[in-house]
Amino acid sequence: MSLLEVEGLRVRLPTLHGLVPVVDGVSYAVEPGEVFGVAGESGSGKTMSMLALLGLLPAGAVVEGAIRFGGHDLLRLSRKRLRDVAGRELAMVFQDPLTSLHPMLSLGQQLTEHMRRHLGVDRRTAERRAVALLAEVRIPDPQSSLHAYPHQFSGGMRQRIAIAIALACRPRLLIADEPTTALDVTVQAGILRLLDRLRRENDLAVVLITHDVGVMSSIADRVSIFYGGRIVESGGRQEVLQRPRHPYTRALLDALPHPEAARDQPLVAIEGTPPSPARMPSGCAFHPRCPYALERCTQEIPALVSVNGRRLACPVDPLRTR
Amino acid sequence: MSALELHDVVVEYDRRGRGAVRAVAGASLTVQRGQIVGLVGESGCGKSSLARAAVGLVKPAAGTVLFEGREVKPLRRRARPGELVRLQLVFQNPYSSLNPRRKIGAQLADGLISLDHSPRRDRLGRARELCELVGLPAAAVSRYPHEFSGGQRQRIAIARALAADPSVIVLDEPLASLDASAQAQLANLLVGLARDLQLSLLLISHDLAIVRHVADAVSVMYLGTMVESGPTRPLWELPLHPYSEALIAAVPHPDGSGFMPEALPGEVPDPGRPPTGCRFHPRCPYAFARCLEEEPPLVTFPGGREAACWLQRAGMAPARPADRAAALANGAGVE
Repeated sequence: MSLLEVEGLRVRLPTLHGLVPVVDGVSYAVEPGEVFGVAGESGSGKTMSMLALLGLLPAGAVVEGAIRFGGHDLLRLSRKRLRDVAGRELAMVFQDPLTSLHPMLSLGQQLTEHMRRHLGVDRRTAERRAVALLAEVRIPDPQSSLHAYPHQFSGGMRQRIAIAIALACRPRLLIADEPTTALDVTVQAGILRLLDRLRRENDLAVVLITHDVGVMSSIADRVSIFYGGRIVESGGRQEVLQRPRHPYTRALLDALPHPEAARDQPLVAIEGTPPSPARMPSGCAFHPRCPYALERCTQEIPALVSVNGRRLACPVDPLRTR
Repeated sequence: MSALELHDVVVEYDRRGRGAVRAVAGASLTVQRGQIVGLVGESGCGKSSLARAAVGLVKPAAGTVLFEGREVKPLRRRARPGELVRLQLVFQNPYSSLNPRRKIGAQLADGLISLDHSPRRDRLGRARELCELVGLPAAAVSRYPHEFSGGQRQRIAIARALAADPSVIVLDEPLASLDASAQAQLANLLVGLARDLQLSLLLISHDLAIVRHVADAVSVMYLGTMVESGPTRPLWELPLHPYSEALIAAVPHPDGSGFMPEALPGEVPDPGRPPTGCRFHPRCPYAFARCLEEEPPLVTFPGGREAACWLQRAGMAPARPADRAAALANGAGVE
């Protein structure tokens, strides 16, 4: 059985135009020790689908579907039960550690609060473990860092601290939402290596949400490409990124600067702009921007179909038409 | 004559009671007409301070800035000199530099007022042309900033800079926080402007992949000083400075190969207390005794390249820092 199984997840948010679907029927599974990459443009529903797991959606949001994790359906649990289950075994790291770390509490307080609540350990044990955690994410001088505050650390160190806090209760699944976007490449590489080591040594599963295909390409085992609140393609990292089959995946990859390309060769931008959830096109959400769109693409929403170990929501499949 | 020249620019900020911090500690840079120069480095290296000094927004403590051969006098209480209108700056976040309550057309027309005294009607016509120049529909002039996406707003900010008919635009992280496709559109626009209008661009960015694709030449900055500069492709293929080498090795490859980027250990030191000798030595994998004591000068190499590293010597063929360091360890010496 998979560690996490999301089935037919649908999230609708209240807006001035009524309830608007931002995640529209998303299904996937994550295995222990695996890095599952989720990529897409802003507004594609990648973050909202993860916030649903933790019960962190804005007030008034309507969630349907099933999220099975550790023998529970997270969507059917009461808030209190969700906190007991998800608070311990599911953890999340956000883009900006300064907004997720408490500026007025010492690292020691922020690291141990969790453990004392969920693991029921005494203060001494929790502190000993906090020191070990800071050492694990390579914070220099972990013992005295317990008494330090977030502002005393650089951006990269703060993100390491946020990861240490997330790992405090030995979660089985870590959701990392753009964990390196605000960081320099040199520091980003350090965080990616840290996540890679944690999954190998601790069998930690990671859901890595990012708009940066390079980041995803360095540590994800499997990837899912989100567009307009749905998964349009998913499969092994190498297959999807080296032989993309959905026109959107292909366009997304073509837009990236390629190291070997001639400099005067312009980048291939995708025509048009991503759809707004309030005004989703009919049929396939990508059809207004798709160079391969057929008549039926404007009417039917293509189903996500399994083909040779990969899932694809496109009746055209540019690989075949070439 | 170069479009923009910075000579040994020093930018200092006062810290109450703790003495000044030297954000830029003597940096030089040249942008030729029609050239795109990329300025890269980690956050806190002084890139943005140098950009501000380049357009006269901060007063350099030392050094000179020349725009088309004339000295750029820093902004004071008087109006900015008329001729400097052709030296423009575009900020990272267009949402905070555009007025949310005014239509795009009116904001573009502001830039035209300084330029000529043509009737208002004509200015709106020119605003429509500017929108089309940056790839937006002419009808954008009658809309408000919030009606556009992040990438489109950045193009509006560029259109506004273009309203002043500039010859040089300094862009501070214009591509940050944009999705891949919007980034590609903007990168293509910048290359097109440089080629078609003979515009000179100083592009400050921490995204090395895009700089590599767009820039003709690159300058690498570390803790307030230039450590290397040169034409983009040779610099990428054979970085001479260990810092440039580390930056390039840290860039992820979006090719599905599972390539793991190299991390550069350590942090950018406090510019208030820079390390002795070479500023990069505490993080440099090849540092040797001399690096701790003497600051290496910027040395010129064939092909318009410059690097400040004790491993590289004028008169010797450029080589990878790793190879030089290995030769040094084997007793070959760099002397």
